[in-house]
Amino acid sequence: MTRHRPDTGEAGSRAATVAGLPARRAHPRGVRRRTGPAYPYALYLPAAVVYTVIFLIPTVMAFYFALTRWTLFDSEFVGLDNFRDFLAEQNLSIGFRNTVVYAVVTSGLKVVIGLGLGVLLTSKLRLRAFLRSVVFFPVLVSTVAVGITFSVLLKPDTGLVDKVLALVGISGPDWLGDASTALLSVALVDVWKGVGLATVIYIAGILSIPQDYYQAVAVDGGGAWHRFRHVTLPLSWPATYSVIILSFIGGLRSFDLIWTMTRGGPGFTSDVIASIIYKQYQAGFFGLSTAGNVLLFVVVTAIVIPLNWFLGRRQVAP
Amino acid sequence: MRLKASLTLISASLLLTACGGGSAEPAAGGPVTLSFLVDKDKLTLDGAKALADAFMKTDSTVKVEVETRPGGTEGDNIVKTRLSTGDMSDVFWYNSGSLLQTLNPAQTMVDLTGDPVLANVHKDFLPVVSQGGKVYGVPAGAGMGGGILYNRKVYDTLGLKTPTTWAEFMANNEKVKAAGITPVITTFKDTWTSQLFVLGDFHNVQAQVPDFARDYTANKAKFAATPAALAGFEHLAEVHTKGYANKGFGSATAEEGLKMLVEGTGAHYPMLSAMLPPMLKDTPQVATDIGFFGVPGTDPARHGATVWEPPGIYIAKSTEKLEAAKKFLAFVASPAAAEAVGKVVQPAGPYRVEGAELPDDAIQVAKDLQAYIDKGATTPALEFLSPVKGPALEQITVAVGSGLTPPAEGAAQYDKDVAKQAKQLGLEGW
Repeated sequence: MTRHRPDTGEAGSRAATVAGLPARRAHPRGVRRRTGPAYPYALYLPAAVVYTVIFLIPTVMAFYFALTRWTLFDSEFVGLDNFRDFLAEQNLSIGFRNTVVYAVVTSGLKVVIGLGLGVLLTSKLRLRAFLRSVVFFPVLVSTVAVGITFSVLLKPDTGLVDKVLALVGISGPDWLGDASTALLSVALVDVWKGVGLATVIYIAGILSIPQDYYQAVAVDGGGAWHRFRHVTLPLSWPATYSVIILSFIGGLRSFDLIWTMTRGGPGFTSDVIASIIYKQYQAGFFGLSTAGNVLLFVVVTAIVIPLNWFLGRRQVAP
Repeated sequence: MRLKASLTLISASLLLTACGGGSAEPAAGGPVTLSFLVDKDKLTLDGAKALADAFMKTDSTVKVEVETRPGGTEGDNIVKTRLSTGDMSDVFWYNSGSLLQTLNPAQTMVDLTGDPVLANVHKDFLPVVSQGGKVYGVPAGAGMGGGILYNRKVYDTLGLKTPTTWAEFMANNEKVKAAGITPVITTFKDTWTSQLFVLGDFHNVQAQVPDFARDYTANKAKFAATPAALAGFEHLAEVHTKGYANKGFGSATAEEGLKMLVEGTGAHYPMLSAMLPPMLKDTPQVATDIGFFGVPGTDPARHGATVWEPPGIYIAKSTEKLEAAKKFLAFVASPAAAEAVGKVVQPAGPYRVEGAELPDDAIQVAKDLQAYIDKGATTPALEFLSPVKGPALEQITVAVGSGLTPPAEGAAQYDKDVAKQAKQLGLEGW
């Protein structure tokens, strides 16, 4: 601040001289505008109270209860025992692997399919507006309803999917009841449900690319692939970045769809970290499940912050 | 360390959301109103309403209002929260056995030890509603059997005899399979149904290792290290490796399983007998076509069945109408109450009240189970003898029954799961 003083001071005194006012008064006003709050503190108070009561206190309490054996009737401080027990959970490694696989598969497919649909739905299609709403529709449906519906559709023999496959002579597997297909089936349903949002983000991203670039490619005689490869793809990077971050975090904390469709089964084969935590809660091990939640929070943060930084750097570079 | 402060916060918010506690003092001269919380499963609710109505006919000074809550773990958490905040209804219907232990009865319920309310209660039932030597509840409705439900028509057609050993059972399965019928109905979409081969086998465990329940609670006996206890897991795996399960068992539901059993497309279903009464309305043949036998073990002479005790009805410590609540409980534990409930909900097992007997038109499974009781060949399920029951058993049994985990490994996983639960309950010696 002080270093700039001579400059502004000069300008200020010049202006002041012109206006016939003492020069010094310009400074404090300018400084105050830069450092002071935008509103009086009293105006922040309601929001601060809400934030403290709804977010801050429960978060701090969660960190405390994670260190206790807690039955709702009473709690006993047990130190880091819960964390040790949660990490010793027999199926945690399966759950962790599934969580990462699920997050990578769903966010990867959402990027690829979302980009494809985004390009398609920004082109000059006759039914463009209608198709856009069709793609977006699954996003609006409750996840639990989607889970129940697909559980029925994916039933062996009697489900619609296997019936259609039977028409072309394929005997479909027990999609959700077979250990080798359960997690993947849920991931594909997740993609079906979530790709609409990715598409909308891509549509916005693609529409914000100035037409000049496309005209330049046209002048240079480039074809459709050229347009996509050298204009649409690199310039929709901000959209890709948002889709990856959103769907990756969503994937890491995915729970509702997996729970309604497989409950982590058969056995433990489609368990994710969130479903393991939920089972502890169901069993009445509140301290243990809170410890699991604290760990999930740490894991998601540890993965997403570097990812965010990495993707954010790429976004700025070009 | 008590959580007074945070609990006050929770109770304050509960009051704000006004869950309709309705604990107003009785108007002078008018009847006392008791609130009675039950889960909203249709059968429980019908039974509870029948109980309340029958009681109100005998006593005009007390009015019982039935309140409902969800079932399952969601309901468990509601019960726990309401008890811990002192916002519980006057009397409530809840599980007996290991689940009761998690409610902290000494702190939250009225002690009934030695009370005349218990005069008619069967001695066998008292331990499952007790903690630390004190009794807290009376039996609600009838118990049930956990074992194998079988289609008697299939047995007649194929000329089969009910088995008393596992080998005979497997021989029956082979014949059933040869006839093109699914031998063992398996419904792993509803994971809890996968546990019956293990939990229903406890009569056989008890017969071979009489001290198992005590040692298991004291962290001295393990499933994986006790061959008799491991057998349940092995049975489960054997049914899968022999290919006796139905196609698509991984995503079949209990409802579909029962349908297969009644229609005779499946011969055996390891299940609880109480699953049948709800089906009577739509498929009355259930009463006669479906029979019950205990999970067969090794010794035919000691063949018997594992019994699940009925749930209990308890008085919350927070009640202000103790006298009326005790009157209601005394009625619940009487033959008249059993009769009133039996008219609405067919019993699927034994009553635990002296003088209460199965009606003549009881369904076949109840009669089959009664035959075991009359012979003295029954054992309560392990969860009624020990507070220790691991929460992941159903997933483990699904994995073993689907061939994903070998039985010995499944049993070892369950032992670890049990250790975790015992530690969380703060039991001695773990």
